[in-house]
Amino acid sequence: MMYNFAIDPLLTGKVLWTPLLIVLLKVVVVFAVGLVATMLMVWFERKVIAGMQNRIGPNKAGPFGILQTLADGIKLFFKEDLIPERSDRFVFKLAPYLAFVPAFLTFAIIPLGGDFRGDNDGLVTWFGQQTRVQLADPPIGILFALAISSIAIYGIMLAGWSSGSKYPLLGSVRASAQMVSYEAALGLSVAAVVLVSGTLSTSGIVARQSSLGNWNVIVTGIVPFFIFMIAATAELNRPPFDLVEAEQELVGGFNTEYASLRFALFYLAEFMNTVTMSALIVTLFFGGPQPISVGSLTVDIPIIGNAFEGTIWLLLKVLVFLYIYVWFRATLPRFRYDQLMDLGWKVLIPASLGWFILLAAQRVGQDAGWDRYVVTIATVLILLVCYSLLALAQRTSENERKRDGVMF
Amino acid sequence: MFSAELLIAQNIGFFIIAAVMVVGALRVVTTSNVVHAALWLVVVLAGAAAQYILLAAEFVAVTQVLVYIGAVMVLFLFGTMLTRARIGAESDLNNKNWFVGLGVALALLVAMLIALRDGFGAEKLPADDPLVSTQTLSDQIFGPYLLPFWALSFVLLAAVIGAIVLARRD
Repeated sequence: MMYNFAIDPLLTGKVLWTPLLIVLLKVVVVFAVGLVATMLMVWFERKVIAGMQNRIGPNKAGPFGILQTLADGIKLFFKEDLIPERSDRFVFKLAPYLAFVPAFLTFAIIPLGGDFRGDNDGLVTWFGQQTRVQLADPPIGILFALAISSIAIYGIMLAGWSSGSKYPLLGSVRASAQMVSYEAALGLSVAAVVLVSGTLSTSGIVARQSSLGNWNVIVTGIVPFFIFMIAATAELNRPPFDLVEAEQELVGGFNTEYASLRFALFYLAEFMNTVTMSALIVTLFFGGPQPISVGSLTVDIPIIGNAFEGTIWLLLKVLVFLYIYVWFRATLPRFRYDQLMDLGWKVLIPASLGWFILLAAQRVGQDAGWDRYVVTIATVLILLVCYSLLALAQRTSENERKRDGVMF
Repeated sequence: MFSAELLIAQNIGFFIIAAVMVVGALRVVTTSNVVHAALWLVVVLAGAAAQYILLAAEFVAVTQVLVYIGAVMVLFLFGTMLTRARIGAESDLNNKNWFVGLGVALALLVAMLIALRDGFGAEKLPADDPLVSTQTLSDQIFGPYLLPFWALSFVLLAAVIGAIVLARRD
């Protein structure tokens, strides 16, 4: 087997001008698509929430108010640039970029299209060169996404600290605690996907979800998907987990002291992250650019070429999740802080770990030729014993805390 | 190493990143603000990750980012922010026994150099060696090195339990 370490089939062998230009073009296109998607997402969210609250929403700038974000952006661009006197000036200026850049980086590893049917493996031919409709396809793709999402914490944390003010500091302390707590559950549910796919590369994960029955949401048994969805919402600091910017308690949270372009960067990063996270969910669990197909029956969009059709499928699937995120925001009340931590540590992490062990046990049983049901039942029994031990430990510590009169 | 091979792109990259890391490491101990020191440490750790990428060990690089930058340093900053992270310079940041640390650091450096020299000497990686993939790496960790790996995780577990016992009464 040849070890192929290039992040793109383009870059194997000698580097020539055409591949280099294609890569540059892809960078520009991915950046532009990211920006436009974010712009439309802001409008989409405001419009849908308005609809759910019986309001009209933005309707002045452009048709259906679709240019509202652009107008807001221009306004923010021309506003006065404020830096609080008691802030740490360098870190204060750095923080928005630390939030903004990771938001875009994750977008680089998401397969944005391509034909994964048959033996095509998502490769397309552009200008006589084989490549993927994806900026980079490193063999460790999904780990890259996790690493970037753990770096994204820095922007929020440093923004709060460098503002030199109490509310932003509280907001950022909350944010970092929340994001660190939910990252474990996020990573464990991704591990379940990696276990069934047998690869870390995003295009490899997509390629293995060829029909509806092969989608990871079904193969991994739906639980990792729900855990990922909840943990992702918490990572994004979106409602119902938006304690980071709980207006009633913290003014605006970590970005209270920010204004003008720097605030716009935070705002953009937040919505960009929502788009990227939805695309990541689709990639991991819903087949990415794969069309919906059951058995030999494939829903095919006529006229359009198969490679571009992948992009349309991805767009449709991502839109569903964007709508769900807006729906969360419009309908769910905010969690209390202790509820948030209880959910993360006492429910999601044990659940995702238990489910991961169950999947792994089944895999081992399959390899060793054991009876599937016996393996499943035995694992579930062992996990139940473990969970009751955990519950017992929690009960004991809670009772002792009550006895000592500690409130938290 | 100091011949015509010096001008290979990887070598140039190595020296640039190494210079950034050295400057970062010096600033960690000379800066007068705890949070700035932590951020300089992030620069050093990120430089190490970049060096791993130069060695085509991307799995190790991403793990470095995930574990050290994404978890350890975040928790470190979180802790300092909760307790004492003031903005601006702090005067009492330097311990007056800092030169003892210098001696320990030098001793460690010498020990590591000797270990590296004894372990590898003038050995060179074969030029046509297939690069280590994630799969071979995991086969190594969960195969011949399983026992040390377990021992290491038990040490970490003991540390975690110790921390909980020290910090909480219940």
